[in-house]
Amino acid sequence: MSEIPNYLREGYLSVEELKKYVGLPSEERLRQKPVAVPECPQEIPCTPCKEICPTNAVLMEHPNAVPIVDYEKCIGCSLCVQICPGLAFFMVHYLGDKARVTMPHEILPIPKVGEEVVLLNRVGKEVGKGKVVTVIPREKSKGDTPIITVEMPIELAWDVRAVKVVRE
Amino acid sequence: MRLTEHPILNFEKVRGKEVTIYFEGKPIKAYEGETIAMALHAAGIRTFQYSTKKHRPRGLFCAIGKCSSCLMKVNGIPNVRTCITLVEEGMQIERQEEKPALPKTIKPPKWKEPPRIEADVIVIGGGPAGMMAAIHARDAGAKVVLLDENPMLGGQLVKQTHKFFGKREQFAGVRGIKIAEILGEELKRRNIEIFLETSAIMLLQNGEEKLVVGVRKNKELIEFRGKTVVVATGAMERMIPFENNDLPGVYGAGAIQTLMNTYGVKPGDRVLIVGAGNVGLILAYQLYQAGVKVEAIVEAMPKIGGYFVHAAKVRRLGIPILTRHTILRAEGKEKVERAVVAQLDENWNVIPGTEKVFEVDVIALAVGLRPSIELLHQVGCQIKYVPELGGHVVIRDSRMETTIKGIFVAGDSAGIEEATTAMLEGKIAGIGAALATGVASPEWLKEIEKAQRDLEEFRSGPFGRKVLEGLKKVVIE
Repeated sequence: MSEIPNYLREGYLSVEELKKYVGLPSEERLRQKPVAVPECPQEIPCTPCKEICPTNAVLMEHPNAVPIVDYEKCIGCSLCVQICPGLAFFMVHYLGDKARVTMPHEILPIPKVGEEVVLLNRVGKEVGKGKVVTVIPREKSKGDTPIITVEMPIELAWDVRAVKVVRE
Repeated sequence: MRLTEHPILNFEKVRGKEVTIYFEGKPIKAYEGETIAMALHAAGIRTFQYSTKKHRPRGLFCAIGKCSSCLMKVNGIPNVRTCITLVEEGMQIERQEEKPALPKTIKPPKWKEPPRIEADVIVIGGGPAGMMAAIHARDAGAKVVLLDENPMLGGQLVKQTHKFFGKREQFAGVRGIKIAEILGEELKRRNIEIFLETSAIMLLQNGEEKLVVGVRKNKELIEFRGKTVVVATGAMERMIPFENNDLPGVYGAGAIQTLMNTYGVKPGDRVLIVGAGNVGLILAYQLYQAGVKVEAIVEAMPKIGGYFVHAAKVRRLGIPILTRHTILRAEGKEKVERAVVAQLDENWNVIPGTEKVFEVDVIALAVGLRPSIELLHQVGCQIKYVPELGGHVVIRDSRMETTIKGIFVAGDSAGIEEATTAMLEGKIAGIGAALATGVASPEWLKEIEKAQRDLEEFRSGPFGRKVLEGLKKVVIE
């Protein structure tokens, strides 16, 4: 029997697995502008990310191939984050000692720009607080999924993949 | 127990006029357009009947008319499937306790001269496969009629709030509920005659002619006669053995989706999901979206069976997935109050001392589906047991024609797969049926070939391997 990868036992990718299966953008690229990172290491029959990308930065040899992003070609438009049926695309951008992570958010309430939110890592653990800087509502999103960009301490950029909105 | 706010759905829009129904004499608020079982659930009623011998409580299980756990007495008539029967003002609903007797005061319906509906292609089932079959058979020039026993079109699409995978031309990136709407519009535009709340209870053939006996709203007999039939009757939820698996509160995963996504009724407060295939994972995410707590997903296999991306979605919301775990028993008196799970060793034996107790009021079984082939079986199609396709399926050729000329199959009733493949199979079967009646031009063969290539492509990855193995055993040329 072939070895079962850890992400299929646990249901989440560790940063080491992310590096191994997906590959991360360089520090230099991360500082230029937002860059799309697919957290999609498994061969499934799915191609909307490739089909929607305006610069052909999403590479896929066949419809079941794992999407690989050419980080130099990516212009950080977020269309892949909006369309991805698996909600598996994210964007990361480094700004000084902060990072901005763009992610899908299909849970109520939808946060407002400027609102402070609780940051969740890949297993739903609270790891800090961040500020919402952009919200693309569902009506304006290409894939009917609201997406939000959250600013956080730079060291959390590769951990945070969801947020919780806590209101009084 | 009713949902008001939801990130994807708007229930205020779908709820009809308020009506009052009576459960054992007590008035209950309901809305036009919802089924009896949904209204009872919204009112907190979980026990629908008691088993005849041991008097054990029974509640909803499948919610799509395929099991018998929701049978109740409605206006004096026993054995009404309350999960697919719409509420009506003043309805009297009662629990069944003993072997139900037919009422003496109500006259049986007169079935002397049933209306006869004639068509080139009769499509049984209004899910993704059936709708696509009807649309394409019509486009190929056939007169088409479609029937479905549910009160709305769309089959299981009407509860799929997640976005579909595949290619964008195959609706990838579009939510299932939206696809149901789009296909429904396409049917309307083509003036295809549709019979809802109509159960196909018999499929017969008389020489070249096919006969489908339908019963509308439990009382009106209708005869459908056609040259060809496409059977797209879908699938039904599997059950697994464990102690108290018959308690109200143990549902098929699809029933929970029907409750909360189609009718906006909260299934409970805390849920344990059994099975980490796509259905279990998607269900967990949808429960979270509806504001219901998912305590855990347990999976007997050593790995997650569904798409990893669905697992990642629920993990980052804090929902645990316990692989190599199984459910031992449900506990509770009238309904589920707890679930006991335990870890499995490499030989699938329970490891003593690993029991965990979850305080839940709902147990969702997402342990697979089996094809609904009753009508195909009845008419005499050749059948084979193919575990890779979910159970007993019919032998057919590459155009989805069974061993009986003029009878076609598509979607989950042909083998358990995805809605995307169901739609492609529906397209093939619909065109195939139109060709078989002689109304379609041979040009349409090209469309069949394109759909066959699309299917091949969709199934070419690791997730398609098992299905391809299964298909080798049933597809003949």
